[in-house]
Amino acid sequence: MEYIKEIIYLIASVTFVAGLKLLGNPNSARKGNLYAAAGMILAIAATLILHEGEVATIVYVLIFAAIALGTIVGWMTARKVKMTQMPELVSLFNGMGGACAALISMIEFEHYTDQPSKVAMIAAGMVIGSVSFSGSMIAFMKLNGTMNKAIRLPKYNILNTVLMIAVVAFAVYLVASGTDNVLLVYTLLALALLYGVLFVIPIGGADMPVVISLLNSFTGLAAAFGGFLYGNMVMLTGGILVGSAGTILTLAMCNAMNRPLWNVIFGAFGEQSAAGPGEGPTGNIKEVMAGDVAILMNYAQRVVIVPGYGLAVAQAQHAIHDLEQILVSRGVEVKYAIHPVAGRMPGHMNVLLAESNVAYEKLVEMEDINPEFPNTDVVLVVGANDVVNPAAHNDPSSPIYGMPILDVENAKQVIVNKRSMKPGYAGIENELFFHDNTSMLFGDAKAAINKVIAELKDM
Amino acid sequence: MLENIVNFLGENIQMGYILILMIFVGVEVIGNVPAVLHTPLMSGANAIHGVVIVGAIIVMLDTDPSNIAALVLGFLAVLLGTLNVVGGFAVTDRMLEMFKKKPGK
Repeated sequence: MEYIKEIIYLIASVTFVAGLKLLGNPNSARKGNLYAAAGMILAIAATLILHEGEVATIVYVLIFAAIALGTIVGWMTARKVKMTQMPELVSLFNGMGGACAALISMIEFEHYTDQPSKVAMIAAGMVIGSVSFSGSMIAFMKLNGTMNKAIRLPKYNILNTVLMIAVVAFAVYLVASGTDNVLLVYTLLALALLYGVLFVIPIGGADMPVVISLLNSFTGLAAAFGGFLYGNMVMLTGGILVGSAGTILTLAMCNAMNRPLWNVIFGAFGEQSAAGPGEGPTGNIKEVMAGDVAILMNYAQRVVIVPGYGLAVAQAQHAIHDLEQILVSRGVEVKYAIHPVAGRMPGHMNVLLAESNVAYEKLVEMEDINPEFPNTDVVLVVGANDVVNPAAHNDPSSPIYGMPILDVENAKQVIVNKRSMKPGYAGIENELFFHDNTSMLFGDAKAAINKVIAELKDM
Repeated sequence: MLENIVNFLGENIQMGYILILMIFVGVEVIGNVPAVLHTPLMSGANAIHGVVIVGAIIVMLDTDPSNIAALVLGFLAVLLGTLNVVGGFAVTDRMLEMFKKKPGK
């Protein structure tokens, strides 16, 4: 029987690897997810059914109750959540996995106090799982708006580093001393939880995707330590696979923003812009009304829409699709320019626009759309800011200098929809707004676009 | 203690090989994925590390039924692990559902 379990674990491991590989291609992605899910069900079933030894009925009842409850709640939440809230949900589920790993360690500590190597696995699983849990909860709160500011304690970098060293040193002590004092384990748990909070709290909302991806690979590691503890192959392969893939994914995301990972973690945006306040570009801004925008677009040949975070927040993806359809029916060519980090997460904007049935071919990636801007009559920027800021090209002192941007300033006319003149995530002014060919359409994205649509319909 | 650790490594050397090889597999599998898929990919990987639930079930199965504290913690662990697995795969599927529709339109 033991062999059958091991073989099933092997099959599950293969589905994880194959699933992740298929997830990397738009055409096979959904299949990949289903493969991995099927492998997971196999692994869970094998663990339950092929277990050797006496198990009390109450234990089975509790396990099935927990699985049933978790399945119902997890499924309902995942099905009901709005597309714009996906990122925080991923963070939430990631935290659950981390907490699960930490709980396993808490229970198992007492059973292995005489084996330092196993205590080491337990301590590692606990520390990494707890950091992932508390960090993910903070990321969750930041993304859903409960906590929308980066909170920076004085000298937070030093504080965090000291705390991290303390956690590691304490864990080493716990292993080396061979203690069976449970209180010490709880202290380690508390320290690790605190570190997770302090690790994420100074990082701004814009960088949360990177943080979630990093914590995602942490949870993978925590699962892998569980695999080491039990000599369980499926936990080991699944955990390490995610740990390694998650790290690469984190670096790829940083790459898309042209920022090194250390810069995200140790923070630079807030501090650099604070160094030179009031130095931003100044000049006159032009405000336009919805009616003028409607006229401009109606008589344009080519229109490019640049969607950003503001569009996601205002839930304006359906409105923008309506606008696109009206313009197309009037013979205007409409495309969407998608910056790699548009929205709340890389690729998030594509998901949002797909939800409102925007055709896949109309979404054009940055490298392909940039050469087309000089031939574009009107660019409509909706709720995007930093990804169209020319400072990335021509201001070496700017914190976003060197980040690849959408060169909308080359278009004949740029219309920027924003709620107010407040700077974007990076906390810096945008000289684009002061250009001669730029006009501002103030207001909530959904309301503003609907006004333009109404004006268009009257024409 | 050092001896214990060396012994542990020696006895579990296959796990060491798996560790190294899986790291390379993870790197290889993610390489050159378009930015469009970063979010679903992260979400999918998130669901896969839900495999930690297997550990939670093992803990529960070996728990002495009279140890109430361990039963409660184990119950919580299985519950949270299930949330991670089910929620993770369901969210990923919902994201990818949208990608699927596009070419047909």
